[in-house]
Amino acid sequence: MKADTRLLFQIFWTFFRISPVTFGGGFAMVPLIIKEIVDKKKWLTTEEITDVIALSQTVPGAVAVNSATFIGHRIGGIRGALAAMFGVSLPTFLIVLAFGISYFHIHDNPKLEAAFISIRVTIVAIIVYAAIKIAKTAITDKTTFFIMAAGVPLLFFIHPILVIFLGAITGIIAIYIKKKLGYDTEMKKNKEDDPTNNPDYYMGAGI
Amino acid sequence: MVLWNLFQTFFIMGFVSFGGGYAMIPIIEAAVTKYGWMSTEQFTDMIAIAGMSPGPIAANSAILIGYTTAGLSGAIVSAVAILLPSLFLVITAASFFIKLHHNPVVERMFYGLKPIVTSLIIFAALKFALANNLITFQVSFRYISTVIIFGLSLFALLKLQWNPVYVIILSGLVGITLYS
Repeated sequence: MKADTRLLFQIFWTFFRISPVTFGGGFAMVPLIIKEIVDKKKWLTTEEITDVIALSQTVPGAVAVNSATFIGHRIGGIRGALAAMFGVSLPTFLIVLAFGISYFHIHDNPKLEAAFISIRVTIVAIIVYAAIKIAKTAITDKTTFFIMAAGVPLLFFIHPILVIFLGAITGIIAIYIKKKLGYDTEMKKNKEDDPTNNPDYYMGAGI
Repeated sequence: MVLWNLFQTFFIMGFVSFGGGYAMIPIIEAAVTKYGWMSTEQFTDMIAIAGMSPGPIAANSAILIGYTTAGLSGAIVSAVAILLPSLFLVITAASFFIKLHHNPVVERMFYGLKPIVTSLIIFAALKFALANNLITFQVSFRYISTVIIFGLSLFALLKLQWNPVYVIILSGLVGITLYS
């Protein structure tokens, strides 16, 4: 899968143009990916894209970056993956950096300070909203509710990375024990919550 | 030294970055406190700017924190650090054609991971609510108005289904009217 420079640049440029629409979650990118990659360039089929997006949510990291990297890899191997990742990340890097630099230049301005008093509170609301949204798919039974409830106080004492590992291990053990006891665990609430059907509600990654 | 700390923090975070950016706030916050990079107030502002910008929230926060602590080189180092794990994991998964989303072990892992991601986000909300005096018993104009802003923001997001970016912008305008 050796890719020539022209193809690599095309991959880079395609994702560079799609990237800035990832406002409020990577899933905003999906229709554009299909339009560019499937309809225009005919690099992959819609089925392949659906597979890639489902897989992208299982791998740690942002859905937008992961799916771009996957697609780049399919088209042009490792160099294609790099070109896609660079293309999808560069515009948002520059935009967020510009915002950051402006913030530092004017954050002493009394108007901006006043705006941020209110914005900080809104951020708390946005995080609460994110928690509610993900809880809807994460909390499917008593066990998952217990894991969530135990996780919050634990975070006051243990490093979050350790808590994440504990969560994954608890998931594996809990299902093992339930199987031994003869319970059948419903891992998804219903068919509509299947990530391939409704990606927006999976892992809250759309937030 | 600062650059190395930034790289280390975001590189490790890249490997456990499940469930969208807000779940990563506790990890970033732990590093911010450990290395004394900035105040909680400034940290909240960084998350706000990260949420207002296009792109993944975790990567945006990493870039902003990198820039605040070490300038442009800090921003670049943090961005690379958070991207490398994705690159490595995606190429590994793609090369071995692993169908991770139908793998029973991965499904079981996520059975425990998803509620933990919820705990992480709740914890982040609690920390920020405490830092911004949302949980207090002091009754003042400032306190009552912020509680109302919180309630209205949540209403706009949950019931009206507004895009978070618009809610942030509108909230900023309300802030300018009320507090300046």
